[in-house]
Amino acid sequence: MARAAVPGRLGDRLRWRIAEVTDRRVESATAVTLTLDLPDWPGHLAGQHVDVRLTAEDGYSTQRSYSIASAPNGRGLDLTVQRTPGGEVSPYLVDELVPGDRLELRGPVGGWFVWRQQQTEPILLVAGGSGLVPLMCMIRAREAVGSRVPFRLLYAVRTPSDLLYRSELREGAPGLDTTYLYSREAPADSPRPPGRIAPEDLVRGGWPPDFEPTCYVCGPTAFVEKTAAYLVLLGHAPERVRTERFGDSGG
Amino acid sequence: MASVEAGGPDVDDAHDGYVDGNALAGPLSEVFAVDVTAATCRCANCGCTGPLACLHVYMHAPGLVARCQECGRVVLRTTRTRDSVWLDMSGAASLAIPLGEA
Repeated sequence: MARAAVPGRLGDRLRWRIAEVTDRRVESATAVTLTLDLPDWPGHLAGQHVDVRLTAEDGYSTQRSYSIASAPNGRGLDLTVQRTPGGEVSPYLVDELVPGDRLELRGPVGGWFVWRQQQTEPILLVAGGSGLVPLMCMIRAREAVGSRVPFRLLYAVRTPSDLLYRSELREGAPGLDTTYLYSREAPADSPRPPGRIAPEDLVRGGWPPDFEPTCYVCGPTAFVEKTAAYLVLLGHAPERVRTERFGDSGG
Repeated sequence: MASVEAGGPDVDDAHDGYVDGNALAGPLSEVFAVDVTAATCRCANCGCTGPLACLHVYMHAPGLVARCQECGRVVLRTTRTRDSVWLDMSGAASLAIPLGEA
């Protein structure tokens, strides 16, 4: 009976699929981008993630979520993975995987932390460290569909050597403003002294609340908590602040 | 406005304890054919509403425990056994799943 309620959707439940690594690119000293090829990849929305499952020879299995970095292109996806020291999964993905290797993957999943090309409001993206990945997917998706919606990116990162997608961001795109917020060490020509994100960063690099932007904040849990609280304090409606936290999941 | 004790990427080596309801998307996709993380959920304890994606999810248990972002009560628990998925939604009074026009 219930099956008739949502026609055409039941039975589509996601299953684990096998993806093949077709490319590996170093993004920084601790991060790589893996290009994965999946037959029948259904495509994804900007901001969605996948779950990756690794199974040891003795049958022990563990899984982690990773955001998709690439714009939907119908052929597969890119994942950018940051190595978590002492982690169970990320060191393997970052250091061991080579083209030709296979991975078990489930996705795409998530329908909340996504940007759709039908959205016309201005967008604020606030990234803490590798929280940039799903936001980069939104930037790339905007570019891919030729959207002229204005985007502003605030990218908080420890030092210049930790930057992901450095040249792509430097090149930029029309209608995309990028501000770097270095927390520990800034380049000599940086107008802002190193320091953690503060409300004035969001005032200077963000949108006035009366522009009614949608704000996407992604990063470590404490970073996301602070940033989302500041945005609400500055007058942004809580329902316009969408967050994605990655905690200490054992990497 | 002054920054009092701003967080930053530096804090990610702390044990943050929880992530958010976006992390439920994969495990619940084994049960539901639609994404339920965008569904509006009402907390049975405090009555607040919000998307499932905003719940606080603790992953250190044998399974996932999602707590209300306002009052902290358990809204949803799920765990995977070898042949089934257990889903305890006794802390959710309702779930409104967006499906578009009927």
